[in-house]
Amino acid sequence: MSNEIAILGAGMHPWGKWGHNFVQYGVAAAREALADAGVPWRDVSFVSGGATVRCGYPGYVAGATFAQALGWQGAEVNTSYAACASGSQALAAARNKILAGECEVALVVGADTTPKGFLAPAKGYRPDDPDWVRFYLGITNPTYFALYARRRMDLYGDTLDDFAAVKVKNSRIGSKNPRARYRKCFTAEDVAASAMVADPLRLMDICATSDGGAALIVSSLEYARKLGKGDAPRVAAISTVTPTFASSVVEMPDIATDSAAADGVEAHAFRSTLPLKAYEEAGIGPEDVDLAEVYDLSTALELDWIEDLRLAPRGEAAALLRNGDTSLGGKIPVNVSGGLACFGEAVPAQALAQVCELTWQLRGQAGDRQVEGAKVGITANQGLFGHGSSVIVRK
Amino acid sequence: MSDKPLAPAIEGWHTLSAKPHLIGTQCTACGTYFFPKQRQYCRNPSCDSTDFTEVELSRTGQVWSYTNACYQPPEPFVAPEPFEPYTIAGVQLEKEQMVVLGQVVTGVSVEDLKVGMTMELVLERLHETEDDIKVTWKWQPVAS
Repeated sequence: MSNEIAILGAGMHPWGKWGHNFVQYGVAAAREALADAGVPWRDVSFVSGGATVRCGYPGYVAGATFAQALGWQGAEVNTSYAACASGSQALAAARNKILAGECEVALVVGADTTPKGFLAPAKGYRPDDPDWVRFYLGITNPTYFALYARRRMDLYGDTLDDFAAVKVKNSRIGSKNPRARYRKCFTAEDVAASAMVADPLRLMDICATSDGGAALIVSSLEYARKLGKGDAPRVAAISTVTPTFASSVVEMPDIATDSAAADGVEAHAFRSTLPLKAYEEAGIGPEDVDLAEVYDLSTALELDWIEDLRLAPRGEAAALLRNGDTSLGGKIPVNVSGGLACFGEAVPAQALAQVCELTWQLRGQAGDRQVEGAKVGITANQGLFGHGSSVIVRK
Repeated sequence: MSDKPLAPAIEGWHTLSAKPHLIGTQCTACGTYFFPKQRQYCRNPSCDSTDFTEVELSRTGQVWSYTNACYQPPEPFVAPEPFEPYTIAGVQLEKEQMVVLGQVVTGVSVEDLKVGMTMELVLERLHETEDDIKVTWKWQPVAS
């Protein structure tokens, strides 16, 4: 396929609460990816960074910040901000540059450091700001995850045990991932004993925020072949589409959905439309997918994503889970990295971390976490303000 | 209880009558509803209207989903001392084809709710200031 690019290298700084500057994580991830690729830094002609909005000006121009830290060598730079999809958008920018023939090999990198406590909105009386309104009315981030989770329970019969089973599954596999932050094997009893945050979700159903950094070295297929890496995993598709009006699922930070009352307007659920473009672009279907890395901001959300990716019919993800199909060794393993449950979210790095995991899996380098014979993997994530992404990687 | 006057927590977002309504807008060209009010541009991709009328939204609808808040939210939320957990619901309005979030009235817990239940809009205290009691819209199960 002419629209594919090769993934030559992947690298990550382990997730955690290290207390360092974000640049340090990005540089560590970039150097690991460069070494993994066997590409000298001076050969990289495009640096595409995922921005962080929590680290001041250097974060807004992350591409240039990382390029300077690695040593200015005259590469062109780009910085992308798309909330949780920032990494995918930075990857898409590199792919465009490569497919346009303007660059042979590019570095894509994102990193973040996370402040302590709540991310509260600015003060004052500001009813024009939806983020201010929802906090004033007492609606926090877990509210939204809990609304989705409760809907699953009432509509499909999902249970608290199902949600706990997602945490148990992800913690068991994540305990084998040296880059994960949380490496303890939790039990269903541990989840049940954790504090209720937003019914039906408990503290251990909801992911934390973390420091971390992830990087990829990507190139044209021709460049990969010149390096003797013609069989490297390839990025087969990137979807970064917006929602389609009328968006029918209430999303952070809104207090209401779009209205689908006008003639000719239909209700659409954003998460389920995201992967459609990716499948179409890659020319494959859900039946071709061997593993998935999805954005489990909550345990229940992992089940939503499985259905949004069409890996199970609507309402049947929990049955797949109960059957062991989404565990390592099952029909369609989901989040064999350990997922956000074991990592915690590092916004501009997270979508790239998902692609790193698929890269190692498709190369057969995932060790104790290896999905046997993995040839096709898909990612899915969603952030604020209509951002989201789905990336397909294949051998 | 306090004898302070009642005042809307957010000015102009709902009527103050005994049977209150949320106040939204409707695009005069395509009929799309907006809450909060939208007056500058229609977000229907097939419509480029800039003309809107203010409308009262349906004051009853069906539960889309529900949860509660067991931890005190950060500011600008004004929490009572001690913090009291409260219930939250998203309610689907039939005519407007939209879901609106809000707290559920005091005394109703998640155990009392179910997706599809009919709810109506009422006003209840959100918090108190030195001068008045700030009220906002909340959802209340319709007695069957």
